[in-house]
Amino acid sequence: MSFLDFLYPRVPLGKWASDFIDWFGNVFGWLLDGFSWLMQTTYQLLFNILAFPKFLVDNGTIADSSVLRALLIFVMILIFAGIAWLAANWKVALFTVLGFYAIWALDQWENSMSTLALVIVAVVVALVLALPLGVLASKSQTVSTILKPILDFMQAMPALAYLVPAIVMFSVGIVPGAFATIIFAMPPGVRLTELAIRQVDGEKVEAGQAFGATSTHILFKIQLPLAMATIMAGINQVIMLALSMVVLAGMAGSGGLGGEVVGAISRLNVGIGVEAGLAVVILAVFLDRMTAGLGQKTPLERAKRAAA
Amino acid sequence: MSVVRASHVWKVFGRNEKEVVKRIKAGADRSELTDLGTAAVIDASFEVSKGEIFVVMGLSGSGKSTLIRMINGLWAPSDGTVEIAGNDISAMGSNELRQVRRDHISMVFQHFALLPHRTVRENAAYGLGLQGVARSEATERADNWLDTVGLGGWGDKYPNQLSGGMQQRVGLARALAAETDILLMDEAFSALDPLIRREMQDQLVELQASLEKTIVFITHDLNEAMYLGDRIAVMRDGRIAQIGTSEDILTRPTDDYVANFVQDVDRTRVLTASSIMQDTNAVVRHTAGPRSAMRLFERERVSGLFVIDSTRHLLGTVSDRDAVRAAREGATVLSDHIETDGILTVGPETPLSELFAPSSTARVPLAVVDDENRLLGVIPRIAVLNSMSQVGPSTSEMPAVTPLPATVEPQDDVEPGQDDPDAPVPKPGIAAAGNGADESDDAEAAVGESTAEAGGPTSEGPADDTMGADR
Repeated sequence: MSFLDFLYPRVPLGKWASDFIDWFGNVFGWLLDGFSWLMQTTYQLLFNILAFPKFLVDNGTIADSSVLRALLIFVMILIFAGIAWLAANWKVALFTVLGFYAIWALDQWENSMSTLALVIVAVVVALVLALPLGVLASKSQTVSTILKPILDFMQAMPALAYLVPAIVMFSVGIVPGAFATIIFAMPPGVRLTELAIRQVDGEKVEAGQAFGATSTHILFKIQLPLAMATIMAGINQVIMLALSMVVLAGMAGSGGLGGEVVGAISRLNVGIGVEAGLAVVILAVFLDRMTAGLGQKTPLERAKRAAA
Repeated sequence: MSVVRASHVWKVFGRNEKEVVKRIKAGADRSELTDLGTAAVIDASFEVSKGEIFVVMGLSGSGKSTLIRMINGLWAPSDGTVEIAGNDISAMGSNELRQVRRDHISMVFQHFALLPHRTVRENAAYGLGLQGVARSEATERADNWLDTVGLGGWGDKYPNQLSGGMQQRVGLARALAAETDILLMDEAFSALDPLIRREMQDQLVELQASLEKTIVFITHDLNEAMYLGDRIAVMRDGRIAQIGTSEDILTRPTDDYVANFVQDVDRTRVLTASSIMQDTNAVVRHTAGPRSAMRLFERERVSGLFVIDSTRHLLGTVSDRDAVRAAREGATVLSDHIETDGILTVGPETPLSELFAPSSTARVPLAVVDDENRLLGVIPRIAVLNSMSQVGPSTSEMPAVTPLPATVEPQDDVEPGQDDPDAPVPKPGIAAAGNGADESDDAEAAVGESTAEAGGPTSEGPADDTMGADR
């Protein structure tokens, strides 16, 4: 290493990173395969359920342009509306009916269901990782200190930059998309869970301790219920970020609305871009209002409304 | 037997607890060691016996909250031991400690610490749930305790629907429902407004009369401490400055800090009739003759005597004029000339604040009697007023108003107590001083009128002031 190298440094970080990915792929191939299989299977299962008329068409049970197929789609729309009603209120249900009918009218139904399935799978995995990490970080300052730069890194790294190593590890398809989405969407889930639990009034936690509660009891019966509103805000953020990332995941060949948008870019097809884009917006509003509605159903919020 | 015993308890927050303890023991000041850690509690020792209300009083930062949290093991002491019913809780494992908290200690918090997502009933039943009491029984017992604290029928509401005072009642019900023998109250009433606070204090005293819990009560309010505490520990900078009854602390403070602290206290609520009552020789048996009574009038230089029977039961008073008349009529005993009107009696435990009104209207000194109407002592009006002089800005200013021309008319209406030889200053001075030294102009004007009139209204001045103060 000469003085000149110091003046004109070139750190081969990129090479190290790519070497690391290769090494990781070699050593932990089984892990990647397992993850890949899990994502692929659950996604496929969910997609088949959400878009079941297509599944029936594909295996020849019903005809493509039959009345029955349209009716089954309408049934799906009503089911979505029903869920929205349960989670939020009739206004969101009404929006769901109109919005999903619009998606059907824009010929984006299957693409939307594909995207929705991918979002749900990614969000579930992200939350399964994020919530316990958030709880852990709220309990231990050490964990919190270690997690902070990692979360910063995950959030600040351009989302597209995840896709490349993801494709290297999982090849094209929905799995690299799901992987990148999980990494990108997780941080607010961890951060807001940690914040939410730390914000719970210390005296209430002390009250639990003073009456002889175990720390598990305190976590599940005092801290989590009281932190739920903020945790729900975190979950909402995770879902929104997942949705935005899933569109980018179209570049990794995950299909769905993302695939349409990416295709529209490459072919400079304004029409398809607008149609797919609008479908994304409708999905986003639907998911946002649903989770916001769920946030109003926590015991604490119910108690607050009783007081009002 | 002591239920709670803390011996040489220390609590240091910081990296090196033991080192700080060692250095302070070696004579270092805690302010020199802030780099190593903050000594919140320094060498505190006390015992609380069963059924006692033990108040820990101090300003914020004096370590009282830390101290109470060591009693139920929320903080482990850095040094020393805390024993609950003879068991050292600092040596317990976490399971054992939880068991002690469930079965022996409950706590009431400053900001109530209720769970907002649970109903009032569920909150009150919280400790029972943790004790493993079946749900239906827990609900029933919680309802009973809610009734006891005056919240019957509120069980289905949520804490947010209740006012602050009511929320703290829920906190109290939760602690009482756990039916532990020890109750820790951490600034329990400090967040409430003064009227509600007073109400809660009264309720606590009332409940305690029947429950006889062992209560450790933390407060920064000296009046509250004096009102509730059987004994009080005054804390300063982590150390216990003094432990004693409210009267000990008020009348015999161990150092200037405690003395300064208590100087603003409303002592009319703390001091009782027994602490200011005086022995009197102006007492005559009902079988005595008028002549011996007249000798007493002369010797004691009073114009009225208390008449008692052979077992000191108070029968009434006799005035000098009646005694003279009886002598002229040749009566052999005084019994026919006893006046029972206008004599006011108080119990020895009557607080000073309740003496002002009777004292201002009574023509003779107040008689302090026990439950069986036996005369224990007397309280001349001068003694009531004099007890207040210790609260005033400074006793040294008092003489400024005494040089007023003494216009006391010695005959007729003069009350026996006015000539009490123990009284430091003549009555007009004191009566005027009651309104404050700087109002001496008014006092001068008042003196021009008859003493009886001047004495009445002016002596009410300090009484009203004091009773309106603080609480």
